[in-house]
Amino acid sequence: MRVSFKWLREYVDIPVPPAELADRMTMAGVAVEGLQDLGAGIENVFTGRILKIETHPNADKLVVCTVTTGEGEIRQIVTGATNVREGQVVPVAVEGARLAGGLVIKKARLRGVESRGMLCSGQELGLDPAAMPADQAHGIMILPPDTPLGQDIRPVIGLDDVILELDLTPNRGDCLSMLGVAREAAALLGRELRPPVPVVTEIPASIAGRAQVDIAEPDLCRRYVARLFTNIKIGPSPLWMQERLRAAGVRPINNLVDITNYVMIELGQPLHAFDFDTLRDGRIIVRRARENEVLISLDNVERRLTGDMLVIADPGGPVAVAGVMGGLATEVTGKTTSVLLESAYFHPVSVRRTSRALGLRSEASTRFEKGIDPAGCRRAADRAAQLLQQLGAGEICSGVIDNYPVSHTPKTIILRPERAGQVLGVAVSREEAAGILSRLDFGVQDAGGDLLVTVPSHRVDVGLEIDLIEEVARMHGYHRIPATLPSGAATRGARTAEQSLTARVKDVLAQCGLTEVVTYSFTSPVFADRFHLPSGSERRQTLALQNPLSEEQSVMRTMLLPGLVEVLQRNFNRRVTDGAVFEIGRVYFPRDGEPLPEERPALAAAVTGQMPAGWNRPAQVLDFFFLKGVLETLAREIGLDVLHFEPLTGDPSFHPGRTAAVYAGEEKLGVLGELHPDVLESFELPARVTAFELDLASLLTRSGRVPRYQSLPRFPAMDRDLAVVVRKEIPAREVLRIIRKAGGALLSSVRLFDVYQGEQVKEGYRSLAFALKFQAGDRTLTDAEVLAHTAAISAALAKQLGAELRG
Amino acid sequence: MEEQLHEIEAAARQALSQAGSLDELNAVRVRYLGKRGELTHVLRGMGALPAEQRPAVGHLANQVRESIEAHLSARTAELKEAQKHARLAAETIDVTLPGTAFYPGRLHPLTRVRREIEDIFLGLGFSIAEGPEVELDYYNFEALNLPKDHPARDMQDSFFIGPEVLLRTHTSPVQVRTMERTAPSVPVKIIAPGKVYRRDDDATHSPMFHQVEGLAIDRRITFGDLKGVLNVFAEEMFGAGTRTRFRPSFFPFTEPSAEVDISCVMCGGKGCRVCSHTGWLEILGSGMVHPRVLEMSGYDAGEVTGFAFGMGIERIAMLKYGIDDLRLLFDNDLRFLAQF
Repeated sequence: MRVSFKWLREYVDIPVPPAELADRMTMAGVAVEGLQDLGAGIENVFTGRILKIETHPNADKLVVCTVTTGEGEIRQIVTGATNVREGQVVPVAVEGARLAGGLVIKKARLRGVESRGMLCSGQELGLDPAAMPADQAHGIMILPPDTPLGQDIRPVIGLDDVILELDLTPNRGDCLSMLGVAREAAALLGRELRPPVPVVTEIPASIAGRAQVDIAEPDLCRRYVARLFTNIKIGPSPLWMQERLRAAGVRPINNLVDITNYVMIELGQPLHAFDFDTLRDGRIIVRRARENEVLISLDNVERRLTGDMLVIADPGGPVAVAGVMGGLATEVTGKTTSVLLESAYFHPVSVRRTSRALGLRSEASTRFEKGIDPAGCRRAADRAAQLLQQLGAGEICSGVIDNYPVSHTPKTIILRPERAGQVLGVAVSREEAAGILSRLDFGVQDAGGDLLVTVPSHRVDVGLEIDLIEEVARMHGYHRIPATLPSGAATRGARTAEQSLTARVKDVLAQCGLTEVVTYSFTSPVFADRFHLPSGSERRQTLALQNPLSEEQSVMRTMLLPGLVEVLQRNFNRRVTDGAVFEIGRVYFPRDGEPLPEERPALAAAVTGQMPAGWNRPAQVLDFFFLKGVLETLAREIGLDVLHFEPLTGDPSFHPGRTAAVYAGEEKLGVLGELHPDVLESFELPARVTAFELDLASLLTRSGRVPRYQSLPRFPAMDRDLAVVVRKEIPAREVLRIIRKAGGALLSSVRLFDVYQGEQVKEGYRSLAFALKFQAGDRTLTDAEVLAHTAAISAALAKQLGAELRG
Repeated sequence: MEEQLHEIEAAARQALSQAGSLDELNAVRVRYLGKRGELTHVLRGMGALPAEQRPAVGHLANQVRESIEAHLSARTAELKEAQKHARLAAETIDVTLPGTAFYPGRLHPLTRVRREIEDIFLGLGFSIAEGPEVELDYYNFEALNLPKDHPARDMQDSFFIGPEVLLRTHTSPVQVRTMERTAPSVPVKIIAPGKVYRRDDDATHSPMFHQVEGLAIDRRITFGDLKGVLNVFAEEMFGAGTRTRFRPSFFPFTEPSAEVDISCVMCGGKGCRVCSHTGWLEILGSGMVHPRVLEMSGYDAGEVTGFAFGMGIERIAMLKYGIDDLRLLFDNDLRFLAQF
């Protein structure tokens, strides 16, 4: 809503500058999001008359005008405009003038002819072309011929004004009117409100017998007021009205349309004018549309209607969609001689649904949707009649049709000042509450210490005591409510075990070198194919959005990895070819017979490239073993039972020889492996990527083990190295298992420190080197004991794996 | 013989003084003090002396030995010290070489800010609640006093899964679920951080973003308490001296409602580009829980009151880190993420 400060002052005295009013309104809940000083920057532009127009000697598209800006001031101005005529009054920018946008006018020669200034268009004076009469939207602004000459242009065309741009909350439909805003201003400033009081002089001819209104759907149309105007003379509306409409951002059309718009802006009541002679039998029927009924709307579009839409019809069919848009056939035109004016109350929800269904939103529908004042229909019709008369645009037939089956019953609410105090945390006196509400036009009566409050009909948003408490609070001023801390019983603020562990997981992964990313929860349905998921995979059963923004974001993800691979790919394209990322987020699985899906927290990571070499350490390749090490570190850090990894060959998303299923105990948590080259190709990522994705909940349920202390050894350990050569298919884990078993209780630890395949080891074999540590709790071991154990280990390895000791 | 002893002493001391290494020192020791050393050799000749001279010569011989040994040990210490100095000098490193490279990853700025927010409210006795992201219309709208066809539903354009199922447009449904679970007991103090979704995608809107919801219900919760708690939050989050401004506003699920501004983190309130020269930055919406919302979730609105608030984590992260483009937060450019 754009509110003209100048216009506003017609209804209330405002002793403060616009900026201060804006601030006070904002702090009372009617937010002013901007102030626009219309005349800012415009200087030395005056009204002037074009005395003579001559052709330009050297240019076809230019003319030479002789212009006076009053008493003897004659100047020659060259213009390219085509809409100028001798005798017109126009805005004249003289030498040194400043126009909107900072343009400075200087004396100039145009194609050899001197030009001392410029004739201005509305746009050059800062007016919005969309709010200019269509014939003046381009070209020079033409002023009424009786405009005095030599006047500063700003007051003449209403630029001596400041516009308050309101950002209204949806509950304050009452402020979609000058009067509503004035009422707020009056209450805030403690001034009296001066609403317009329509006085109508009617001609003897009566509306009765000529027009008739029937409401077939009283639930959707609570009230329908109609007035009949005759002897209509369509023409432009006066400059003052055009200025005000323009200030409000509405384009002036003609006097009749302008009057309806003017009253809507002034009072908040949308009006509609029908060309009365086009209404069959002069009859209006307010009814539901029939299914598939058709109306050609004002914008010349054929609208197909449905049975839940309310229409204004005559006996021949719909003539308007109630509260949304009029029909072309009954539109007021230059030939119109009589007009039926509609001032009605349509149901907010009905208008809202209809305007949504038709994709039509208008100033009128916006107001109906928020709920207009049902008691204000008659006044608005009369105000329009008054203006019509004032503008000499027609005559008012006597009488009004006011079809108002159930008239508005004012709501009454009890306000307990004590309750207000309890909610707000500041004592509110009965007197203060009563004063505030009275200033806002609420009726206030004493009710045994409490207040019996009558809600004015325009405040459709108020229905409960809490609504009144809010009114009191906002006018009292939130800033005057002291800040306190809750006084009740203390509560314990703590993270749940799962929340703490999740945070720990993130920290550990980051410490290991992985960077956290956040990707969208929705993805493209092609992810499943890109990831080569088997046709029966649970992850192909996705939850689809009905109204996605794009195909790329149309299903809820069932896995995190595609998002991570995209992240690596995007970075790769930006020449960031080393990357290690992780994400914790939910994945979504539809559930049969349940409206809501299962939302499982998941953990995934993906790495590519390497961590670069430093001057004193080699590069670390980001491969399978890097991520496996990350998982092992993670398990240790979050107190998880030992993870184990089983070779996994059948998963089409992963490299068949470089993939493991990840288990904690018997439970499979997920998969770790290098992505299959086919997957990488479908993501157009020309690099190796290793990744894992685990079910986070399963991971965390098994975590959080608290360490148990074990007494430190009192006797020294004996260290021995052991290198064995085995066939290379034998898993390291098998070798370790045999060593541990054969080493017995005295073997306190085994660490694999070298894996070698090459010249000194025969084809098909590899050498594994272990550091063994022997220790007893009750004595220092002897060389002989240790020798016996290493010999037993060697023998077991030789026997079970055919291993050879390596010197 | 005495003369001979003096000569040995002088020669040995000189040799010790000239020795340049521990090995040389040892050679000198062997030559003079060893079993076959010169001093020993001389002493063996003592038997040839007259008996009355022997004590005096023996005494002198001991003096000579002590003198040589003292000098030997002094020189040993000296040389060891010199050797140590030489070693340390040789071991000098270039301390301007970079330290060993570690490559820790980074947490996403949204995680960092979310934790900071959580920690502040944990300290104020709030616990952390969670709820589904795919939500029923009832929890996302209706139970929050947003019946179907309520114009305020336009404030939030939703992604629908079905007629009654949608991606939650705010974290407020967690309020409702929490209240349903706990009613009629009080106090309730929770925050609910999480992802939310709105059908908007442009320079300043992301279809997925993050909010933190807050809810407190008790017998005597007031609007003043809401102000107090959020003042603490603002100062903890943005630094001591951060001022707040509560502006009346409208949300269907709170009344009275307030938008909360903080004094601009860039200019301190003087007015700059970031705050559009107003000195204020809007950071969250809040208010007293609407009695209808309390009643729908099983509380007696005559008995208890509550406040609720909701803030966007992105907004706070952008203010905190000076990020000027929302889209960076979801682009996952590693060069961006490496900065946090």
